[in-house]
Amino acid sequence: MWMTLWNNRIQVAAVILFAVGFVTLLLHRNLIKKVIGLNIMDTAAYLFLTSIGYIENRLSPIIQEGDTALETYVNPLPAGLVLTGIVVSVSVTAVMLALTIRIYRRYHTLNLDDIYRYVHDEMEGEQ
Amino acid sequence: MSFCLNFPLFLIVLSLISAVLCIILPGKAARYVALSLALLSAVLNAVILFYVYPRNISVTYLMGHYPHPWGNELRISAMEALFSSAFSAILVLCLLGGSAQLREKVQAELSPYFYVMTCLIQAALLALVYTNDVFTGYVFIEICTLSSCGILMIRKNGRTTLASVRYMIFSLVGSGLFLFGVIFLYNITGELLMPNIRAAVLTLWTSGEYKVPLLTAMCLMTLGLSIKSGLFPFHIWMADTYGTAIPGASAILSGLISKGYIFFLIKLIFDVFGVDVFYASGIHNVLFVFGVIGIIIGSVSAIRENNILRMIAFSSAAQIGYVYMGIGMSAGAGITAALFQMLTHAATKPALFLSAGTMTNAMGNAKKFRNLQGAGYVTPVAGLAFTFESFSMIGVPLTMGFMCKYLFGTAAFEAAPLKMIPTLIALSVSTILNTMYFSRTVIRIYRHPIANGHEREKTRVSYALAAVVFIVVNLFFGVFGKSFIDALGNCVTIF
Repeated sequence: MWMTLWNNRIQVAAVILFAVGFVTLLLHRNLIKKVIGLNIMDTAAYLFLTSIGYIENRLSPIIQEGDTALETYVNPLPAGLVLTGIVVSVSVTAVMLALTIRIYRRYHTLNLDDIYRYVHDEMEGEQ
Repeated sequence: MSFCLNFPLFLIVLSLISAVLCIILPGKAARYVALSLALLSAVLNAVILFYVYPRNISVTYLMGHYPHPWGNELRISAMEALFSSAFSAILVLCLLGGSAQLREKVQAELSPYFYVMTCLIQAALLALVYTNDVFTGYVFIEICTLSSCGILMIRKNGRTTLASVRYMIFSLVGSGLFLFGVIFLYNITGELLMPNIRAAVLTLWTSGEYKVPLLTAMCLMTLGLSIKSGLFPFHIWMADTYGTAIPGASAILSGLISKGYIFFLIKLIFDVFGVDVFYASGIHNVLFVFGVIGIIIGSVSAIRENNILRMIAFSSAAQIGYVYMGIGMSAGAGITAALFQMLTHAATKPALFLSAGTMTNAMGNAKKFRNLQGAGYVTPVAGLAFTFESFSMIGVPLTMGFMCKYLFGTAAFEAAPLKMIPTLIALSVSTILNTMYFSRTVIRIYRHPIANGHEREKTRVSYALAAVVFIVVNLFFGVFGKSFIDALGNCVTIF
């Protein structure tokens, strides 16, 4: 059991990081820390993907010195997926930060509990 | 005629290009682009449906003729064509019915962006429905999340911004889990195309190898999509989101976006996990339980609301519960019922949001029931549409809602007794609760004297057209739905 965990230590680390990011995104009250949690979560997923795509002693898939044997190179697909994923998470982070800025300009706080209270007071005021 | 198999790719690319085009166009031109694009998509997908359905085929479309493992693929069968056609047609109606409110509630310079987002939503929905690759599915899930957040946050008040933050957080949690599930699945199968994964999953399941990672991947993907579509207990973002967005946006969010995710989940069940593996894994039982609880909790929360938009939002939570109850019940009759329920809800809920939005607007932005008294006289078309669609939600005969409840009832008798009894109880209890809160609203909007002495308002032609089409479609499938449902059952077998 411990041996398996040690052999897959990078994947184990990725799962732990994913959990850390997940909990931060879901439960932390500060909006900026939520965004950080989101990024930790996504990066953990990419770490996992990168680690399974890497094979020791193999080269990146660019043909060198006419060597076309499959065993010389790694599969480029996981790296391609990571790149796509990074683009997605950059755009998601940008939208979240834009929303955070809009919230901060209006309520001058990043704490979600306080924001809920202000919004609630606003609604009471309207009626 | 096989040329029509190019339409899905053509439509997805065209939607993406139109989205970029709408940024530079003025509001009115952007509206025409988005409307005609959605209409074109509805028509072309219907053409595909009439090509594919009689031949009983399911086609794999290689993009650029690159075979596996280099290329990306689309899969075209009757079910995909039917749902994308229906989604696009409903998008047309949402855009028609919601445009007046958009003009009134959003600054003029922002309104083209609304149409940018609807073009992106259309691209994402089409891609989610047609794709044959799980990672492409993930990318378009994120595009769908971002663009649906866009139509939500276009209204710039504090409550809507807070609701969009909440919506984004739940959506991102869901898509993060989905991504991790995809990576797990890729790790143990080495494939991204759906048919290849299904073959690998079947081999792994029968050999018993990697059972825990396989189950984990299935759970993560199902959980991610159910969070995004708002299954109980993740429905809590719904009330704020649908209750504070502009009516056109709530209509699109509740009618189309959540259905897109659920359709993708059903596609995963059929094409990725395999029906046999999924229904042997026990995940469906969890979906069934949360679906049933969601129906009851959603209806009870709707009764306790005194804000009409939030009430409709909670009723959405209950309707999503129905869909998951169907998925959890059985692969044949249960899934057919769930699919028909998705279509019913997609055809009913947008109409309810649009009419409720029109009524609250006519009554001076009043959302509380006491201020809506007599709204049916102030806006006759909206009142009529609201009443009719409420009847459909309750399940009065001759409406789609009745066909739905009938289907769930018959599916329940085919299921195991342990599931039959909860299903029948949930059906009857939710019907009673639905009747309570919808009839309360209908009685309120047709009661004299009219609140605050509002005068009768002129009905906008675009809204009236959308409302009438919604009513006619609902009546048509309510009366002649039997043969349609049989056809739907056939489509499930070749899905």
